[in-house]
Amino acid sequence: MNLPYYPGCTLKANAENFEDSAIKVMEILGYQLNEMKDWVCCGTVFSMTTDDLMLQLASIRNLLRAEEQNLNELVVLCSMCYNTLQRAKKFITEDEEHLNKVNDLMYKENILYEGTVDIVHLLTVLKDRITFDKIKEKVKKPLSSLKIGGYYGCLLVRPKEFAIDDFEDPSIIEDLFSSLGAESIAFPYRLECCGAYQTITKKDVTIKRTYEIINSARRAGCEALVTSCPLCAFNLDQRQKETAEEFIEFETMPVFYFTELMSVALGGGWDKSWSKMHYVDPRPILKEKRLI
Amino acid sequence: MSYEISRNIVRNELVGKIEELSGQNVFDCYQCGTCSAGCPVVEYMDIMPNQVMRLAQFGATEDLINSKTIWICSACLQCSTRCPKGIEVAKVMEALRSINLRKRVGTLDPNKIETEDLKDLPPIALVGAFRKLTG
Repeated sequence: MNLPYYPGCTLKANAENFEDSAIKVMEILGYQLNEMKDWVCCGTVFSMTTDDLMLQLASIRNLLRAEEQNLNELVVLCSMCYNTLQRAKKFITEDEEHLNKVNDLMYKENILYEGTVDIVHLLTVLKDRITFDKIKEKVKKPLSSLKIGGYYGCLLVRPKEFAIDDFEDPSIIEDLFSSLGAESIAFPYRLECCGAYQTITKKDVTIKRTYEIINSARRAGCEALVTSCPLCAFNLDQRQKETAEEFIEFETMPVFYFTELMSVALGGGWDKSWSKMHYVDPRPILKEKRLI
Repeated sequence: MSYEISRNIVRNELVGKIEELSGQNVFDCYQCGTCSAGCPVVEYMDIMPNQVMRLAQFGATEDLINSKTIWICSACLQCSTRCPKGIEVAKVMEALRSINLRKRVGTLDPNKIETEDLKDLPPIALVGAFRKLTG
């Protein structure tokens, strides 16, 4: 079965392992992720001011392209793209004046934007369409004894209207990893911001966030984290280098995209090229658990 | 710090601008402090989120426009989600950033990003920061 898919910029650059593993996992589950044509950046961060509709155009143009291509939904892997596309769509379509203005701004387009395309996160597809019971049946290498902390960050749960699960106490990642045979641990800081784009101007803030989030996970017993946001992955994984320099007692922890571990569990294996996309080498823990 | 309170100051033009850009009524806030209690980066702020709301009610807009707080906020929406009065505090922060950015006042100079960092930074971090921190 085909699923129309929107990748976003970072999945084509620093998070190729996320895209690669997602495509592989979906193939195992009998689905083909079909990349939509002519997509552009989603705009990355949602602009919250009430007046400047220009700032919504990047998101809306992608949705317009999808309408042009007769797609009724877009499956999204990146939490940021998912969140921004959802919020931009709502902001523009809930107000007729906004909708008309935005269509005026895009006067060179061939069709009018109507807001007919649904935006769905891959985790929702796994839970609601494929179901975790079906995924459990397909497990070839259970992630037995691997203690996994699901890191949601902000974008999968806030604002609450676009939360992929309960916005204060979600369990979708924990349930997924339980079905893969892992020991899922809901650790306290799993919904806390990683510092996001402050990683450029306020590196000290993100280093401290990484320190606190990883330590929260370790205290709860986690051996590794999983995420679906390339910015969280950058802050929580790559920034562990600086975190370890800043806090001498800090112990590093591998951070995976959830699809990478799904691939291992479902028999898709661990692709060698994924290792170099990580700062904290994920192979020792996988070897220790006899998963690779 | 001392503030003069008068009707003219309290409902000044800039407060109106903040309310217009954010779509929030700053006078809805009753200072419970939930926003500041849940903010993951409050320790780096010079004015806490609930104080931002209070100063906006007083019309002390200059303090807000020039605060460090608005540039520390990463729009994680914890405050907006938890506010018992339904105020989207993060949108007030965004309005304050925008008032600066529209005068070309930001906190990120793309030329000053460390080269070492530039090699590794993903597009999601760069574009996100450019959009939130540059005018």
